[in-house]
Amino acid sequence: MKAMLERLETDFGVYDITERKPAMTTLKIKKDQAERLIRELRDREGFVHLSFITCIDYIEDGIFTLVYMLHNYNRNDTLGIEVDIDRDSAEMTSIHTLWAQAWTYQRELREMYGINFPGSPRLEEDFCLEGWDDIPPMRRDFNTKQYSTDRFGHREGRHSEDPREHMKVTLYPNRGGDE
Amino acid sequence: MSKNLTTDNTLENAELSEEEKLLFSNARPRPYEPYSIKAVEDFANWARANSLWILAFGTGCCSIELRPLMTARFDVSRFGIAGRPTPRQSSVFIIGGYVSVKTLKRIIRSYEQMQGPKFIVALGSCPANGGMYFDSYNTINQFDLYLPVDMYITGCMPRPEALLSAIMDMQDDIKAGKCDGANRYVNNLDWYKANQKKVIKNWDMPDYNW
Repeated sequence: MKAMLERLETDFGVYDITERKPAMTTLKIKKDQAERLIRELRDREGFVHLSFITCIDYIEDGIFTLVYMLHNYNRNDTLGIEVDIDRDSAEMTSIHTLWAQAWTYQRELREMYGINFPGSPRLEEDFCLEGWDDIPPMRRDFNTKQYSTDRFGHREGRHSEDPREHMKVTLYPNRGGDE
Repeated sequence: MSKNLTTDNTLENAELSEEEKLLFSNARPRPYEPYSIKAVEDFANWARANSLWILAFGTGCCSIELRPLMTARFDVSRFGIAGRPTPRQSSVFIIGGYVSVKTLKRIIRSYEQMQGPKFIVALGSCPANGGMYFDSYNTINQFDLYLPVDMYITGCMPRPEALLSAIMDMQDDIKAGKCDGANRYVNNLDWYKANQKKVIKNWDMPDYNW
């Protein structure tokens, strides 16, 4: 593992190699090198399993971080590849040619974050938000409470109680809610 | 159909293309009129209350409660209740938990295809007031804006005993002729349709799914 990471550092310019826990390492790579690196890991290093693709919205830095989680069955090792992409013109190379199932993730990312993956099949099709007409809901500048109230309304009489205070009064009524 | 079916009495099906309009009925549903003799209506209600068929359609996490209900421990078949796999054969629609907008469209389709008498039981907090999904961008907060509800069960999630209790209460209501949700839906169809179309943005089906 260590030798492979050193080789990746010189060949691909990966940086920020972090061992998060035993058998789980993450590293960062520039956007234009990412697909080449993932292909190399799959074909030469035995990371044949794509666990998932996910995205983190760092709105303060103006970037999305895509995370490709790969797994190596022989070494029982997991490798996370983090790619920073620009938040305003979010676009990333599609990897559906490497793993066919990747296009489902990419379709979901397009819908939930508005990231474009040129060439990915059925990308424009609705995934679970049918007829969505607002900014993508998993972006952090999307106000989900506001949207829910505007679109779906608010039932009058709904209120919340602090569970601890509520149970004190319920369980010890004679002591005035005192434990 | 009805003897006084005029052009005013039909639905628009505005979202369908001209070609598709020919494929779907545009007739309005009519409310159920009870028998004029009270004893006959009472007998019919007694029969309805004792042959409830649940549609096997689980919308959210509360529908997991329907499985123990069917099996030996809670054994709902002693009330004359069983599951049916198709809306055409069922009379009770149990909304099992949260309803996403995508599911709501399918629920409306299924509910309208059910033949009367039909009843809706809203199971759990989410159909009543949004529950823990009150701030979700994708789940509705008040189910009774979109379809009529005959019986609410609160809880997150309710135990099968609560469901049994609600079913017994609903049987009493049906016997008394008070479960008129299907009639409310038909009489206020335009109001319900306006609410439904407010949240379902890709409405590509007829106004009433016969």
